[in-house]
Amino acid sequence: MHRHLISAADLTRDDAVLILDTAEEMARVADRPIKKLPTLRGRTVVNLFFEDSTRTRISFEAAEKRLSADVINFTAKGSSVSKGESLKDTAQTLEAMGVDAVVIRHGASGAPYRLATSGWIDAHVINAGDGTHQHPTQALLDAFTMRRRLVGPDAGIGHDLAGRRITIVGDVLHSRVARSNVDLLHTLGAEVTLVAPPTLLPVGIESWPCEVSYDLDRTLPKSDAVMMLRVQRERMKAAFFPTEREYSRRYGLDGERMRRMPEHAIVMHPGPMVRGMEITAEVADSDRCTVVEQVTNGVSIRMAVLYLLLGGNETALTRTTEEK
Amino acid sequence: MSKTLIRGAKVLGGDPQDVLIDGGTVAAVGTGLSAEGAEVVEAAGKVLLPGLVDLHTHLREPGREDSETVLTGTRAAASGGYTAVFAMANTFPVADTAGVVEQVWRLGKEHGYCDVRPVGAVTVGLEGSTLAELGAMHESAAGVTVFSDDGKCVHDAVIMRRALEYVKAFDGVVAQHAQEPRLTEGAQMNEGVVSAELGLGGWPAVAEEAIIARDVLLAEHVGSRVHICHLSTAGSVEIVRWAKARGIRVTAEVTPHHLLLTDELVRTYNPVYKVNPPLRTERDVLVLREALADGTIDIVATDHAPHPHEDKDCEWAAAAMGMVGLETALSVVQETMVDTGLLDWTGVADRMSFAPARIGRAEGHGRPVSVGEPANLTLVDTAYRGSVDPAGFASRSRNTPYEGRELPGRVTHTWLRGTATLVDGKLT
Repeated sequence: MHRHLISAADLTRDDAVLILDTAEEMARVADRPIKKLPTLRGRTVVNLFFEDSTRTRISFEAAEKRLSADVINFTAKGSSVSKGESLKDTAQTLEAMGVDAVVIRHGASGAPYRLATSGWIDAHVINAGDGTHQHPTQALLDAFTMRRRLVGPDAGIGHDLAGRRITIVGDVLHSRVARSNVDLLHTLGAEVTLVAPPTLLPVGIESWPCEVSYDLDRTLPKSDAVMMLRVQRERMKAAFFPTEREYSRRYGLDGERMRRMPEHAIVMHPGPMVRGMEITAEVADSDRCTVVEQVTNGVSIRMAVLYLLLGGNETALTRTTEEK
Repeated sequence: MSKTLIRGAKVLGGDPQDVLIDGGTVAAVGTGLSAEGAEVVEAAGKVLLPGLVDLHTHLREPGREDSETVLTGTRAAASGGYTAVFAMANTFPVADTAGVVEQVWRLGKEHGYCDVRPVGAVTVGLEGSTLAELGAMHESAAGVTVFSDDGKCVHDAVIMRRALEYVKAFDGVVAQHAQEPRLTEGAQMNEGVVSAELGLGGWPAVAEEAIIARDVLLAEHVGSRVHICHLSTAGSVEIVRWAKARGIRVTAEVTPHHLLLTDELVRTYNPVYKVNPPLRTERDVLVLREALADGTIDIVATDHAPHPHEDKDCEWAAAAMGMVGLETALSVVQETMVDTGLLDWTGVADRMSFAPARIGRAEGHGRPVSVGEPANLTLVDTAYRGSVDPAGFASRSRNTPYEGRELPGRVTHTWLRGTATLVDGKLT
């Protein structure tokens, strides 16, 4: 049994499909009057959040509680970390308390990888977002949402996303969501196109398994799903693009642009959305926008990952790069 | 002072000869030498080099004695075959006054494992805004000849120009840490394919190359000497080559780690590979090796940067930059330059002893192995191969990227003015 989920790139096609299929099972639990399974009874999971993220933390917490795990929430703010304690010491303290799994969100790229591979702790490590590197459960919930919408919930069992055309738009440079999605969607057979101004694409992107375009209008008509990324307003001060207005004109998604997409195509966003700039209210509130579903699906995906890592009997996840 | 007879060593890799040390100097070089009462060192098969000179060492004292001290750093130097090191100015307090440089110089003199030549800061507090008292540091007992804000770039063009002009008065040299600060904000590794994948802030090659281009033109304009620290990119090599062809008085160094390691290693997120400038690509490594071989790059300098364990045993972003290098430098140079056929041992002597001593004006060092010269010598067992074990380091810090890696060559003996500082691999 493999121990950690650090990067979407660590997942094989079969791993990913197994997680998506398991998440379908977990989604059914949410429809029951009592939304709980006994799978992780007696296991302790700590949500180790060095970076604020209410949405992701609550999603993991809901997933853990639905699997009957004992949950400890740890936020760096006001903790010993703010007094200068290191990641290693914090992790070892938690391990000494008998933690079985650590869900970690950290501002530094690679922090979960270090936690999993440095011998500091024995617990399973699940990456809940590290710096501008990876956010694998976000990519999984996005793929899950796409499969449900584009293939269908039950019809989707066992299926990947072969041949689907996915467009990811916005601040790719600073986005762990974009990195994770490119890796996972490629593994699942989708064709990914990244659309952004050149300033918001990393140097070295040519090695990624995707297409790159600066032109949103040309990409939209051939997209099955368009995923908008959040644009951090503070980026504007760093001269990544001239003005909010210019960004919005070239890379924002409004109703007119949405209508150029194929009829079946969906609009996605990892949230929180900046309405008016990257996405208009008309698009955000339309039936084609899956933002709310993504949140719901996030719980199912995280249940599936926790179940397969800690509670399931089948091998689900690949080894980390180093273990390979 | 006792006599020492080094018997049958390949002097600078050439034919086996005997070398007699007497009274701190080389007394005789030849074959079949004998000297009554002399301690004999059997050196058949080993290579005898002039004592190595490192133009770029961080000894951390004063201020960060938990990382390194002048004593531990010079012991590490002697272990690596060095007889002189230039100690960088980014200490606490900064070595920007005659008082601090004299303190470092005096500690080196007292400990006696190698000569310590302090580098003076170019600007007060390394802050880049006001010139430090360069003349006072030169006139001090330490006799500073090399000035550098290393760790930081002298990014203000006017300050750099003034520093280059000012040191002409006493034939000093400004050693530049070439890093355009705005282009490297948040930078954590080489910008390229790997940084894009890992989501780590990119340190673009152009941030180094732009400063080098500016500074060689400034040096030309004011007719001064400029030395470029730790070149790391193929583009930097091209600029230095162009500048030299144009007659500009520029010299340049490369570190052993930039001759061997690439940014692919950062995939491990192990901060032992975090260094400034960052590890670059395979192509850069190959170009740097060629440039060192053809003389475009003048010297190898270690950028020995000790850090305590806790400063590296953490997540990448929080880790300190730098790696120790004094004790492994010669092995890495053998691996990358000698064993690849790019450089012979005379070439190594030039890049690691003659040239750095000349650039830094380290009198008595970087001299030929011939009669009457100071007996600053290093004996190397070039046939040795073994894995690096940092537990045996003399340095106070262990942040080496080579732990467990097999490297060739081992320094067995080092002599500083005829006195052995290292015998059979053990410090005296």
